[in-house]
Amino acid sequence: MNYFTLIISAMLVQNIVLAQFLGVCPFLGVSKKVESAIGMGMAVVFVMTIASAISWLVYNYILVRFHLEYLQTIAFILVIASLVQFVEMVIRKFSPGLYKSLGVYLPLITTNCAVLGVALLNVQNGYNFLATVINGSANALGFTLALILFAGLRERVDEMNVPASLAGMPISLIIASIMSIAFLGFTGLV
Amino acid sequence: MFEAIIALALIGLIFGLVLGLASKKLAVETDPTIDELILALPGANCGACGYPGCSGLAEAIANGQANIDACIPGGKEVADHIASIMGMDAGSGKEPLIARVRCQGTHEKSKYIYDYEGIASCDMAASYFQGSKDCIYGCFGLGTCAQSCPFDAITMGEDNLPDIHLDKCTGCGICVEACPQNIIILSRATQRVFVSCCNTDKGKDSRKVCTTSCIKCGICERGCPFEAIKIIPSGNGSIARIDETLCTNCGWCADNCPTGAIEIIEPLPVFFNMNNPTESLPASDTASMSCGSCTLCK
Repeated sequence: MNYFTLIISAMLVQNIVLAQFLGVCPFLGVSKKVESAIGMGMAVVFVMTIASAISWLVYNYILVRFHLEYLQTIAFILVIASLVQFVEMVIRKFSPGLYKSLGVYLPLITTNCAVLGVALLNVQNGYNFLATVINGSANALGFTLALILFAGLRERVDEMNVPASLAGMPISLIIASIMSIAFLGFTGLV
Repeated sequence: MFEAIIALALIGLIFGLVLGLASKKLAVETDPTIDELILALPGANCGACGYPGCSGLAEAIANGQANIDACIPGGKEVADHIASIMGMDAGSGKEPLIARVRCQGTHEKSKYIYDYEGIASCDMAASYFQGSKDCIYGCFGLGTCAQSCPFDAITMGEDNLPDIHLDKCTGCGICVEACPQNIIILSRATQRVFVSCCNTDKGKDSRKVCTTSCIKCGICERGCPFEAIKIIPSGNGSIARIDETLCTNCGWCADNCPTGAIEIIEPLPVFFNMNNPTESLPASDTASMSCGSCTLCK
């Protein structure tokens, strides 16, 4: 497995939001300002990388050993929920500035299906530990990239003269779908 | 199956232990006054202060952004408690407010022009022909105010009008916002006489739709010994309203109102103690209930 291909594939070709349609809720919810999009993106990178690693460990050393692979979904939810709590505590203690800037986005990640989705995909694809960590962080970077691009577009659209019936969420959904089509252009890159 | 239960329980236990240890080890020193303030506040998270919940207000008070008497439902008691935590003097505090329902239009007094069978929400009812009651200013009786009250101080009575339990009402004003008919107002807790009608139509029209409506006859305005009640313009018409700064609660207007639109409510013992005048009252309460010597009491 070529790790470079893995990164390009996870970030662009198989972009978690725009090609796999996971984590659409924060994608639409936290994309009104580039600033908050960056904050959310950072939080997702942080959590998704660690969640991938720990869920891989739990899967391979606990679930596989006892032939409990069918419990992966519920076990991963447990891992992610506690991990987010833990990360929140650590950040709060050691970096109050980062804690303030992440604000509400950090606990929101608990319910972000992209994190669970990546953890499950890692296991499904049979990646080894290093590939899992790389895939997790690359997916999170892809999410951040899509989120920041989308937030930038929305900021510009806000200043445009949008027809009343399309103003707000409708035009945002159209933008999101056009972005998704644009990302289709990366198909065949890997 | 047992492996599954044990494995998941173990994973949960380990994470729980780690989180528990982490919360001890990584506990962040928060300002202890904020915690104390959160305990002192009522904890209803009603939002009447304008801050997000009681913890938001506690933080604002601790940072000096909010006044110590910013908690409206808490009233003087909470303000005093907060003042002692913050090392300040609460002073006399604001006069407590409570909510009043200004409508007496029960089923017998104001007919329903159609049967409303939609969602039990006054906002919805208001959108159909200005409500199901003959009087378009009246209470629909669907209980949106009772649902909105965070203190369970409002219940819907058998006459289909909201009953406000004065002992529970904190004067937070959430029901005032919730009522689409603007029937509920906040008035000082010592006020016991009030015009319980919101119909601003001409006297003839308002009497036609409800037998206890204000018909703008002006008897109260002419008869009030303290010139506290006036027919004032309101909406598209006019209605009798009491100026609480002048009213002495003598009750003359209520006794002489031809339709009974002016109501006298039984005061709370903490605010009034007329039956037992030997018991002393706090200075702030006696000031607002002093006898006006109108000689109209019976």
